[in-house]
Amino acid sequence: MRVSLKWLRDYVDITAPHQELAERLTMAGLAVEAVESPGEGIEKVYTGKILQISPHPNADRLTICRVTLGQGEDLDIVTGAANVREGHVVPVAVEGARLAGGLVIKKSKLRGVESRGMLCSGQELGLDTSVMPPDQAHGIMLLDPSTPLGLDIKGVIGLDDTILELELTPNRGDCLSMVGVAREVASLLGERLRLPDTSAEGSGRGIEGLARVDIDDPGLCSRYVARLFRNVKIGPSPGWMQDRLRAAGIRPISNLVDISNYVMIELGQPLHAFDYDTLKDGHIIVRRAGKGEKMVTLDGSERNLSEDMLVIADPGGPVAIAGVMGGLATEVTEKTVNVLLESAHFNPVSIRRTSRVLGLRSEASLRFEKGVDPVTCLKAADRAARLLLEIGAGEVAPGAGDNYPVKGAPKTIVLRPGRVEHVLGVEVPGQETVSILKSLEFTVNDSGGDLLVSVPSHRQDVSLEEDLIEEIARMHGYNRIPYTLPSGSGTMGARTPRQSLEVAVKDFMTSLGLNETVTYSFTAPATLDRAGLPPDSPLRNVLRLQNPLSEEQSIMRTLLIPGLLEVLQRNASRRATDLGLFEIGRVFLPTGAGQLPVEKQVLAAAAMGSAPSGWNRAAQPHDFYYMKGVLEALLDRFGLRGCSFVREAGHSLFHPGKAARVTAGETVIGVIGEIHPDVLENYNLPQSAAAMEVDFEALAELSGRPRKYRPLPKFPGIERDLSLVVKKDIPARDITRTIRKHGGQYLQEVRLFDIYHGGQVPAGCQSMAFSLKFQAGDRTLTDQEVNGWMAKMSEALAGQFGAGLRS
Amino acid sequence: MEQKLQYIQARAMEEMSGAGSLEDLNEVRIRYLGKKGELTGVLRGMAALSSEERPRIGQAANRVRAEIEARLEERMSQLKDSLREKKLSAETIDITLPGTVFSTGKLHPLTAVTRQIEDIFLGLGFSIAEGPEVEMDYYNFEALNLPKEHPARDMQDTFFITPEILLRTHTSPVQVRTMERTAPALPVKIIAPGKVYRRDDDATHSPMFHQIEGLVVDKRITFADLRGVLQVFAEKMFGSETRTRFRPSYFPFTEPSAEVDISCGMCGGEGCRVCSRTGWLEILGCGMVHPRVLEMSGYNSSEVTGFAFGMGVERITMLKYNLDDMRLLFDNDVRFLAQF
Repeated sequence: MRVSLKWLRDYVDITAPHQELAERLTMAGLAVEAVESPGEGIEKVYTGKILQISPHPNADRLTICRVTLGQGEDLDIVTGAANVREGHVVPVAVEGARLAGGLVIKKSKLRGVESRGMLCSGQELGLDTSVMPPDQAHGIMLLDPSTPLGLDIKGVIGLDDTILELELTPNRGDCLSMVGVAREVASLLGERLRLPDTSAEGSGRGIEGLARVDIDDPGLCSRYVARLFRNVKIGPSPGWMQDRLRAAGIRPISNLVDISNYVMIELGQPLHAFDYDTLKDGHIIVRRAGKGEKMVTLDGSERNLSEDMLVIADPGGPVAIAGVMGGLATEVTEKTVNVLLESAHFNPVSIRRTSRVLGLRSEASLRFEKGVDPVTCLKAADRAARLLLEIGAGEVAPGAGDNYPVKGAPKTIVLRPGRVEHVLGVEVPGQETVSILKSLEFTVNDSGGDLLVSVPSHRQDVSLEEDLIEEIARMHGYNRIPYTLPSGSGTMGARTPRQSLEVAVKDFMTSLGLNETVTYSFTAPATLDRAGLPPDSPLRNVLRLQNPLSEEQSIMRTLLIPGLLEVLQRNASRRATDLGLFEIGRVFLPTGAGQLPVEKQVLAAAAMGSAPSGWNRAAQPHDFYYMKGVLEALLDRFGLRGCSFVREAGHSLFHPGKAARVTAGETVIGVIGEIHPDVLENYNLPQSAAAMEVDFEALAELSGRPRKYRPLPKFPGIERDLSLVVKKDIPARDITRTIRKHGGQYLQEVRLFDIYHGGQVPAGCQSMAFSLKFQAGDRTLTDQEVNGWMAKMSEALAGQFGAGLRS
Repeated sequence: MEQKLQYIQARAMEEMSGAGSLEDLNEVRIRYLGKKGELTGVLRGMAALSSEERPRIGQAANRVRAEIEARLEERMSQLKDSLREKKLSAETIDITLPGTVFSTGKLHPLTAVTRQIEDIFLGLGFSIAEGPEVEMDYYNFEALNLPKEHPARDMQDTFFITPEILLRTHTSPVQVRTMERTAPALPVKIIAPGKVYRRDDDATHSPMFHQIEGLVVDKRITFADLRGVLQVFAEKMFGSETRTRFRPSYFPFTEPSAEVDISCGMCGGEGCRVCSRTGWLEILGCGMVHPRVLEMSGYNSSEVTGFAFGMGVERITMLKYNLDDMRLLFDNDVRFLAQF
């Protein structure tokens, strides 16, 4: 809402400086987003009359205008504008003038002819062309010919004004009007509110018998007021009205439209004007649209109406979509003679629904949606009649067709002073409470204890005691309320074990060198294909957004890894190819129609390239074993013992030979692997990458197991190395198992420390070197005992795997 | 004889001083003190001396021996020291070479800020509650006093899955779920961090972003308590000199409602580019829990009161790190991530 202070002063005296007023409004809940001074910086621009126009000797497109400012010598000014004629009164910038944007006018020669100033367009004076009449939006601004000459232009076109841009909250529909804002200002400044003059008796035959209003659906229209204007002369509205509309951000169109808009801005009540002579029988019927009914609206489009839309009809059919848009057939045109003016109250929800379905939002529908004041309907129609008479644009028929089927009684609320203190935590003196409410036009019945408060009809947002408490608090001043801390039952603030685990896991992952990412929960359907998911994959069962911003963000993710691959790709395209990432986030797994999905928290990581070499260290490739190392470290750190890695050849994201499922007992807790070459290609990744995804909930559950102390060994252990030559396709895990099985009860540690191919190792084989540690808790073992176990072990390994010992 | 002893002593001293290594020194020792050494030879020849001379010469010879041995010891330790010094000096390394690289990753700035906020409220006795990101219309809107067709639904442009299921537009549904779960027990004292979604995408809006909700419900919770808690939060989060300002506002689920500004940390409230010359930065919305919300969630609004607040983590993160484009937070450029 743009509030012109010049206009606002019609209703309330403002003594406070603009900035202070803006601050006080903001602190009372009417946020002032900006304070504009449109004429600021404009100097030495005056009203001038064009006496004579002569051609420019050297240029076809330029003319020389002799201009008088009413005093002093006449000025010859060269202009390129084509819309000026002799006798026009226009803004004239003289030598030394300053225009909007800081342009300074100097005496200059244009194609050899001296020009002593400039004729100005509205734009050059800082007006917004979107709120100027089309014929004035381009070219020199033409002023009323009766305008006195030599006046400072700022006062003439309303630039000597200050505009407050209000950002109103949805509950304060009442402040979408000058009077509504003035009421707040009056209350804040302790001034009296002056309401506009609405007396318009009219003349000639009364409206009775000429127009009739029937309301079929009082639930959707609680009041409909009609007034009749006769012999209207359609033409431009006076300059003062145009200036005010422009200041409010509304383009002046013609006197009748301008009056409607003026009253809407002034009182908050939208009006609609019909060409009375196009209405059948002068009979207005407010009803729901019939099934399949159609009408052509003002903008020339044919609209399909439905039964839940409210229309204004005459006996011949719909003539307007109530509160949303008028019909073309009954539009006021230059030929219109008689006008029926509508001022009505429509159901906010109905207007909102209809305007949304039709995609038509306007200043009017916006106000109806927030709820206008039914009491104002008649006043607004009268005010329009009054203005019509004031500007001499027509005659007014006495009386109004006022159908007011649903008269709501004023709401009454009991306000307990104790409750005010209970909610706010501060005692507001009773006298202050009463005077605040009264200044906002609440009626207060103070019988000593509780207050009986009646809500004025324009405050439809107030219905509870708490609403009144807010009124008191905001006018008293939120910032005068003290700071305290909640008393009462003490609570312990702590993270749950799972929340703590999340914190710890994130810290741990970063300590391993991975950066945390946050990616969108939605993704493109194409992601499922890029991830190579087979048609029957359960992960293709996704939640779809009904109204996504784009196809790229139209489904909820069922996997985290693709998001990380996108991040890898984005970084690779910026030449960052050695990196590791992780994320903890949710995946969304649909359950059934009408049901919320399962949201599973998942830990995912992805890495590409290598941890770069240093001068004293070789590069560490980000391959399967790197990722496995990360996961093993994580499992170890968070106490998940005995997890196994099982070959997983069927996961589309991963290289079939370089992937595994990770299981803890029966539970699969995750997958890990190098990314499938096809997927790498789909994501346009320049080199191989490895990734994993782990069920965080499972991790949380398993890591919560209590740990118990084991006594430290008291007797020294014996260490032995074991080197084997075995076929390459024998999994290390199988060998380790056999070693453990035959190594006797005191074998405590089996560690693979080297793998070697080539040299004397036969083709297809590899040499594996293990370090073993034997230790007993109750005595020192002897070499002989250990030799025995070593021999058994070798025998078993030779038997099972054909393993040869290597010395 | 005595002269010879003096001569031996002088020569031995000189040779010991001249010895450049432990080996040389050892040779000197053998030459004078060894079994066939010169001094040993002198002592051996004492038998030929007269009985008057013998004790005198014997004494002199022993003194010479003691002096040589002392010098020998001293010289040996000197040589050892210089040897050690040489060895250490040969082992000197370039301490300006970089250390062995342990690459460390960074927490995402949103996580870092969320955690900081969580920790402040944990310290004030709040617990952390969570709720679904895909939510029922009921919890996201209706139970928060936002019936269908409520104009305030426009404030939050919503992604829908079905007409009744949507992506939550704020973390406030966690308020309702928590109260439903807890009622009629008291107190409720939670914060609820999490992802939320709105149909908006530009430099200052992201279709997915993060909020932290707060809720306190108890027998005597007041607006003054809300002010106190948020003032403490502002001081802990933005520095002890930070001031707060409460502006009346509107949320359907609170009454009275407020928006909270903090004094601009850049200019200290003087007015600068960051705060659009106002001296204030808006950081959150809050208010007293609307009685209808309390009732719908199972509390008797005449017996209990509560306050709630909600803040955007991105907004606070951007203020904290002076970011100008929200999209940086979701782009995950490692050059960006590594800065935090």
